Amino acid sequence: MFGKLSLSAIPYHEPIIMGTLLMVCLGGAALLGWVTLQRKWGYLWSEWFTTVDHKRIGIMYVILALVMLLRGFADALMMRAQQAIASADAAGYLPPHHYDQIFTAHGVIMIFFVAMPFVVGLMNLVVPLQIGARDVAYPFLNSLSYWLTASGVVLVMISMFVGDFAATGWLAYPPLSELKFSPTVGVDYYIWALQLSGLGTTLSGINFIVTILRMRTPGMKMMQMPVFTWTALVTNILIVAAFPILTVALALLAADRYLDMHFFTNELGGNAMLYINLIWIWGHPEVYILILPCFGVFSEVVATFSGKPLFGYKSMVYATAGIGVASFVVWLHHFFTMGSGADVNAFFGISTMIISIPTGVKLFNWLFTMYRGRIRFTLPMLWTVAFMVTFTIGGMTGVLLAVPGADFVLHNSLFLIAHFHNVIIGGVLFGLFAAMNYWFPKAFGFKLEERWGKASFWCWVVGFYLAFMPLYVLGLMGMTRRMNHYANPAWQPYLIVAAVGAVFIAAGIGFMLLQFVVSIRNRAANPDLTGDPWGGRTLEWATSSPAPFYNFAVLPKVDELDQFWADKEHKRAYPQYAHYDDIHMPRNTGAGLIMAAFGTVFGFAMVWHIWWLAIGGLLCMIGSFLVRAFDTDVDYYVPGAEVEKIERARLVPLHKLIENVGPASAGEKVA
Amino acid sequence: MNKRSLVSAARWSCVGIAALLLSGCNLELMSPMGDIGAQEKSLILIATGLMLLVVVPVIAMTLIFAWRYRASNTKAKYAPKWSHSTAIEAVIWIVPCIIIAILGTITWRTTHALDPYKPLAHEAKPLTIQAVSMDWKWVFIYPEYGVASVNELALPTNVPVHFEITSDSVMNAFFIPQLGSQIYAMAGMETQLHLIANQPGTYAGLSSNYSGAGFSDMHFTAIATSQQGFQDWINKAKASQLSLDDQTYHALAQPSEKAPVTYYTNVKPGLFNAIIGQYMGDMKMDKIGDAPAQASAIPSPNDHAKAAE
Repeated sequence: MFGKLSLSAIPYHEPIIMGTLLMVCLGGAALLGWVTLQRKWGYLWSEWFTTVDHKRIGIMYVILALVMLLRGFADALMMRAQQAIASADAAGYLPPHHYDQIFTAHGVIMIFFVAMPFVVGLMNLVVPLQIGARDVAYPFLNSLSYWLTASGVVLVMISMFVGDFAATGWLAYPPLSELKFSPTVGVDYYIWALQLSGLGTTLSGINFIVTILRMRTPGMKMMQMPVFTWTALVTNILIVAAFPILTVALALLAADRYLDMHFFTNELGGNAMLYINLIWIWGHPEVYILILPCFGVFSEVVATFSGKPLFGYKSMVYATAGIGVASFVVWLHHFFTMGSGADVNAFFGISTMIISIPTGVKLFNWLFTMYRGRIRFTLPMLWTVAFMVTFTIGGMTGVLLAVPGADFVLHNSLFLIAHFHNVIIGGVLFGLFAAMNYWFPKAFGFKLEERWGKASFWCWVVGFYLAFMPLYVLGLMGMTRRMNHYANPAWQPYLIVAAVGAVFIAAGIGFMLLQFVVSIRNRAANPDLTGDPWGGRTLEWATSSPAPFYNFAVLPKVDELDQFWADKEHKRAYPQYAHYDDIHMPRNTGAGLIMAAFGTVFGFAMVWHIWWLAIGGLLCMIGSFLVRAFDTDVDYYVPGAEVEKIERARLVPLHKLIENVGPASAGEKVA
Repeated sequence: MNKRSLVSAARWSCVGIAALLLSGCNLELMSPMGDIGAQEKSLILIATGLMLLVVVPVIAMTLIFAWRYRASNTKAKYAPKWSHSTAIEAVIWIVPCIIIAILGTITWRTTHALDPYKPLAHEAKPLTIQAVSMDWKWVFIYPEYGVASVNELALPTNVPVHFEITSDSVMNAFFIPQLGSQIYAMAGMETQLHLIANQPGTYAGLSSNYSGAGFSDMHFTAIATSQQGFQDWINKAKASQLSLDDQTYHALAQPSEKAPVTYYTNVKPGLFNAIIGQYMGDMKMDKIGDAPAQASAIPSPNDHAKAAE
């Protein structure tokens, strides 16, 4: 009846897990109780859960990412604590089976459920506004993508309390991830969580490609798109090209585990090298999927806060596209030590280094954007400068690892761990935090306050260096990754420093949460009245903050790069019209949420081999899609009169403000 | 801005401390004991030095530009429209291209020179050691001497060693940091590695690819010693009471953690190929019997006699 599921699947004997479960239950009950008391369920359902508005979906993505950051970081703290004490073969406080799940979960969560949703959320929030569109091309699909990502999150979180999670490392290399060596449900949770969320990501990639190619405001040519939109376009092309490979690789692994096939087993002609190739053919583009939009963020931030157009816009676009193409011919550098011939290794080593050329060009472009600028050190700019320094170091160690002869001794060592945290924290995460501070007013209508934000910034930066520089040294000392305990006591001091670094980062996260609380509480003190709080250059700043649900009452006309800046200079920004047309908008729908909910049931049932439930879940998922497909009431028109009312309420006071303080820099001074 | 400079000072002192530690002699990879490791060390240093040519200016420019063009410094020139310069664009594309061209050339050469499969050019006849990773221990077979050991290997100094590597379980990686390159161990496949120890000593060896619950204890000792010392080690193994036939091999291959150092004599000839052969399906190769009962039928006394040679 319940497949492999029984009450014994709950790890009662693990005090850490049970304690966490208790906290999650209490916290969850408190949250649900509060929402019920405030009578907010109706509001949440109709305004958020069923929304197809790209801005709200974007915000939900980012909230999901921040919540999962807490989970993923808790894992990191536990690992750092374990390694700080498990010296000279001391056991530490985490037995291997638990520790191995933690480092697997840490990697999976940070990449798939923090970085990815954060990046996708940002693209959701910003891209349609930057190209002057009213929403994405397929608003319902967008909502479905979000909820599929959320169902992946739900499965990963359930795995902590019911059964276990994979103990294989974040890419679940076979043969270790095969049934013979991982007989528990951990790898199955991994497979279905990633399949569900991966499907969501692929759909969102398709959605954004179509949006960017087809929905730009009249007049906007490709070479007039803001750089963030360019990076989003390339990233989504990478998503559509790469994620199906992940889906196939995981499907084959699932076939091995469920259908007794032998794609990657040791026996009967299976070959694990096939999986390792496939997973990295997805995996390497994946890191560019994460970093490219962040490069876009830095480009926007540097230009805005230096008070200059971006230096070398065309270089930037070509560099982005070049990185996108090249990212597909470097995957083998993740396993030079597999025994490929020297020609093959040298090819992939050199192709990897070639990527550093356009990346280096980007850095110089940001530098020369700052050159002869008037740099305002707001939070987004601070994150950007920290990024430029940190990422340069990470890039250097990355190129070093791309030299096969060097990789032969550095592979799988803590040097590698230091390198990719150097680029993923110093590049992706710093970029996401810059973006969060930069576009927060556009999402909510008020700025994040700076005091706690700066405290968070310094803790993060100092914590990062403390936590990861010692790991470079440990790599040179021959310490390898994923060790539960170790014999060499000379490693311990470095690991203690790294643990202290993790505590600094914890403080950084704490201050960030405090920053949110204080900003929301004092939101009246930091309002963004103009919609242009930073003196922005691109279209998202032309509309109000928060942007109205239709984004632009009249689609802006674009005939140059940095159109909004030019409009401000020529005093034609914020036009007010006598007449507004009706606006065609998509209707909210719960179909995405319902499909994803059935998807979660399907995934859970597959994990535990509850076949009837799996079939039921899948059929209901398809059924709810069919119901949605035959629904003809999916859109409506906002009457022009209502648009006029909303616009008047914004523009009349705004024009007064601008008369008082002058146009071009209106935003900056007013706010 | 006070806080800023304070933290950047802290950051630089961190870098300084790191540099100090790097110059110390406790960094295994920076104190190689064999030729391959020595070449890899100098490769790391050369490549790093080459990249620092760009990295240092970029970091310096970032900090200098950030400071000089801060909004409060109204003396600095402000060019609000300037966003293009063909000369600068040319330089910022060409300089990285040149550095990567140099590094690429070095990479091509060293990748071939350091190819783990390439036999070392050396007058001494190479020694073959067969390494098998298991859950969670290493077994080293010396086919020329008919001995084997668990979690300890010995090698004579200044003699090139040809490692043939496989796994009888999940994937691992064979790595002795102070001697140089590592290579994966995979079931049903043989990978190769050529190393040499030029200094006598006892070096840490380990699996550098995570392989499950017992992974952290999957380390071994590599003893590099004189020809005489090596011969003594072989004799010690030969004097062992344990022989390694199908039956004892099966017992050994069962998962275990922190396996003690053990020596075997009378290793069944062709054992290494038979370990690989287990995974080769219908292909005609030596195989280890599936169960110990069956296995006992396979080895013949003649095999052991040959092994003794």
